Amino acid sequence: MDFSILFESWDLYLDGFITTVWMVAVALVVGLIIAIPVGIARNSKNPIIYFPAWAYIYFFRGTPLLIQLYLVYYGLSQLIEVQGTLWQEAWFCALFVFILNTAAYTSEIIRGAINSLPKGEIEAAKAYGMSTPQAFRRIILPSAMRRALPAYSNEVIFMVHGSAVAGIVTIVDLTGAARIVNSRYYAPFESYLFAGMCYMVLTFTIIWGFKKLEQRWLQHLRPIV
Amino acid sequence: MLDLKGYEWALAEGAWVTVQVALLSLLFAVILGMLGALAKLSPYRWAKAIATIYTTVIRGIPDLVLMMLIFFGGQMLLNDSLYRINEWFNEYFTSSDPTHEWTAYLPDYIEISPFVAGVLTIGFIFGAYMAETFRGAILAVDKGELEAGKAYGMSSFKSFHRILLPQMIRHALPGFGNNWLVLLKTTALVSIIGLDDMVRKGSLAAGATQMPFTFYMTIAVIFLLFTTLSTSALKWAERRFSIHTR
Repeated sequence: MDFSILFESWDLYLDGFITTVWMVAVALVVGLIIAIPVGIARNSKNPIIYFPAWAYIYFFRGTPLLIQLYLVYYGLSQLIEVQGTLWQEAWFCALFVFILNTAAYTSEIIRGAINSLPKGEIEAAKAYGMSTPQAFRRIILPSAMRRALPAYSNEVIFMVHGSAVAGIVTIVDLTGAARIVNSRYYAPFESYLFAGMCYMVLTFTIIWGFKKLEQRWLQHLRPIV
Repeated sequence: MLDLKGYEWALAEGAWVTVQVALLSLLFAVILGMLGALAKLSPYRWAKAIATIYTTVIRGIPDLVLMMLIFFGGQMLLNDSLYRINEWFNEYFTSSDPTHEWTAYLPDYIEISPFVAGVLTIGFIFGAYMAETFRGAILAVDKGELEAGKAYGMSSFKSFHRILLPQMIRHALPGFGNNWLVLLKTTALVSIIGLDDMVRKGSLAAGATQMPFTFYMTIAVIFLLFTTLSTSALKWAERRFSIHTR
């Protein structure tokens, strides 16, 4: 075993690390923005509103991320002319799929959090004469988003791990970097092990960060010791 | 209507491979998970440490990277060590008998099949998630009942399968169901290490017919079918196992 190859290719891993981090970060932020209205729509009693949201969530949660990526990256060319558009770019397709995927999971988390809200909070908002949008903005969403934090941290980690499929469609993320290093030196053990360790560091940093956030924002829900 | 250009059977065969990989790795994951959970709750420090390292490391690394690590890296590691052991044996015999000819005492090259590697890897990964689920389920079982079992003179095996197991199933089912659904979707990744599963068959058909959307959509729908069937089966099981608590 020869770990010296890692010294020679650290810049490739660094590039990969940065790609993984920015793709996941953008996907999470945009996904969250999409997830909030979708989660609310999924809760609606009107079938014209909840059915599309339901179908969207159902499809993206029920199929593998890899297939969704293939469907967009390879499949779109069958339907539209992709030559010369952004759909030709692997990073764009991957980002698009990551956004839709994480938005589907996140909206289900948000829906669950809204449904598990104590009824009293909503009733109090109504008693104060708030309109529904006002109640959502001031009471329901802030409270639900806090409560969704533990479940959302799991989703963030799933997204980090799921983003590894980007390495399959020519993107040089952490996995892509490991694939290149492996093909350059034929050292599968060292190259993938190092990528795995980078992911592990990233995962545990995120877990630690969410613990801090939970301490701050869920302080009032903790049992008094 | 949907025209698959004669690839229907290829896809069906691939779907069968996917189901096999999923079920076998589930079996492996449940066994590993049970061992992991028992180790985590055992009084032995070293067992606890091994189980904790196992679940922590696995949950920190993406399944795809682990799969490549085990399939490509593991294969190399295995054959390297086999070669070293052979060499050591040969040197040992040559030192006492100079006319000794080089022989492979152990097979010098073992090729891990993608099927075995896929099942082992996925099982190994989800064993870690199962261990966490089972640990929680075991902790949820009333301690008094286990003590009562002991007081009745049951052996630890008897109290395990008469008292602990039936009750922990109820607590473990929701987590188990989630793990299964994630596992099912993870099997799509075995196509990357070269197993002829549904995804790979679909990719080949997509390339040959120039209809990638049709084939990937078909695969997506088959996966949806699998997850839908699983969800209803799990709901049924959850109802069944919680009958006396309702």
